[in-house]
Amino acid sequence: MTFWEVLGTVLLIALKSFVLLAALLVFIAYALLADRKIWAAVQLRRGPNVVGPWGLFQSFADLLKFVLKEPVIPAGANKAIYLLAPLVFAMLALASWAVIPLADGWAIADINVGITYIFAISSLGVYGVIMGGWASNSKYAFLGALRSAAQMISYEVSLGFVIICVLLCAGSLNLSRIVMAQDTALGLFGWYWLWLFPMFGVFFVSALAETNRPPFDLPEAESELVAGYMVEYSSTPYLLFMLGEYVAIMTMCALGTVLFLGGWLSPIPFVPFTWVPGVIWFALKASFLFFMIAMVKAMVPRYRYDQLMRLGWKVFLPLSLISVVVVAFVLKLTGLAPGA
Amino acid sequence: MTAAAAFFYLFASLAVASGFMVIAARNPVTSVLFLILAFVNAAGLFVMMGAEFLAMILVVVYVGAVAVLFLFVVMMLDVDFAALRQGFQRYLPIGGLIGAIFLIELLLVVGTWTIDPGLVQAPLGRAAHGETATNTEALGRVLYTDYVYAFQIAGLILLVAMIGAIVLTLRERTGVKRQNISVQNARTQTMAVDTIKVPSRQGVEV
Repeated sequence: MTFWEVLGTVLLIALKSFVLLAALLVFIAYALLADRKIWAAVQLRRGPNVVGPWGLFQSFADLLKFVLKEPVIPAGANKAIYLLAPLVFAMLALASWAVIPLADGWAIADINVGITYIFAISSLGVYGVIMGGWASNSKYAFLGALRSAAQMISYEVSLGFVIICVLLCAGSLNLSRIVMAQDTALGLFGWYWLWLFPMFGVFFVSALAETNRPPFDLPEAESELVAGYMVEYSSTPYLLFMLGEYVAIMTMCALGTVLFLGGWLSPIPFVPFTWVPGVIWFALKASFLFFMIAMVKAMVPRYRYDQLMRLGWKVFLPLSLISVVVVAFVLKLTGLAPGA
Repeated sequence: MTAAAAFFYLFASLAVASGFMVIAARNPVTSVLFLILAFVNAAGLFVMMGAEFLAMILVVVYVGAVAVLFLFVVMMLDVDFAALRQGFQRYLPIGGLIGAIFLIELLLVVGTWTIDPGLVQAPLGRAAHGETATNTEALGRVLYTDYVYAFQIAGLILLVAMIGAIVLTLRERTGVKRQNISVQNARTQTMAVDTIKVPSRQGVEV
């Protein structure tokens, strides 16, 4: 490869990443609005409806507000780590999107170990939280960070076993291949949400806990910790934490789509429906998962911390461990195992 | 090739520099953060060598779990590194000796490899299962098929260590109320509530 070819490849990747980033951020701006609207609708309120028609520009107004505010840094804070934490958090959340296939062949990096990459990157997200909580030099922030880290590590374990179940069925760690493996004549009944149904539930609840969403938002529990690890943050650093959180939620939605809802595949596998571009199916499925997450926030009361830990370690961990064994046995005995 | 070399030097120099900062940093929390940076750079080096699965597992296990617990402990214990540095002069010979042993061992391994490349066997998975097998496949076959008994024994040893750690730290505290979810769920109205007709002006004994 000559120098110009290398430069061309690098520029192409940069362009793709930029387009994906822009699309993702706009999508998240509206996901945030949808979250607030759904929440409001459940509580018989109108939700944000002032900025733009039906409040459509609310997220952009919020963005401007945060960017234009003055960043306040507490006097006792460790300045470098305090400012590094939100950056790390937002950047890691965005980095997972590099491997997610939005349609057939539409991934910036279609790597062999795609799913482990996402798992690794999302396990790093906890550093943003701990660093932010510690560097703020405030006890509420620190308590929030401790809770959050313990929670994220606990639920990562069962999430890992759920992913292993899917991998056993698909026979690959590559996200595109996992989607291809669900491409059967059965359409939406051939996807893994049906065949691995209990695991889909475990994945959904673990995703809620992993992203600190209600009913597991104990790190931010307003009633006890004000806003958890971000209590001392304001302005753009706060915005980055908020953004990272929503990007992580969307990542979990996208991951659920790829693992259980057949990624870009059409739910009805014949002609008029297969003409619809894959990226639209993908966005619809991810939005559906996001809607479910938003409904959970509106409907379910917050867990107590010991209940959360009990659910993670005493219910989900044994359940997912047993199902790994069951899935492996069934695949082996029926000869359905890929590559057997 | 130049791109590969550039990335190698980037990761390698960052790994060495952050490794140095781990021992040079004044604040223990900064030390641990630099340790994490060193781990991440090591993962980058693994990717450069084509061991992508190992790289990801390094990040998941060491950075994502072990280092988090480490960071926890350092943050909560409030370790005073200045006090730890007191004996630096005294421990220098022993530390230097251990460092020297490690250096010599590394040189021996690399030296053997350079002198006689055939002495160190080719990567096991590649040799047994063909060049085409992906990283994950090769590792999986070696661990779970070729050396399954050794793997199971290693697992048993870890299990014993885990049970040992639990037994050592477990203490039954008396007088603490614990929530037993199944008992709570098994309660019915008849078990919890007693309906008593109270005779007027006489009352009842509870």
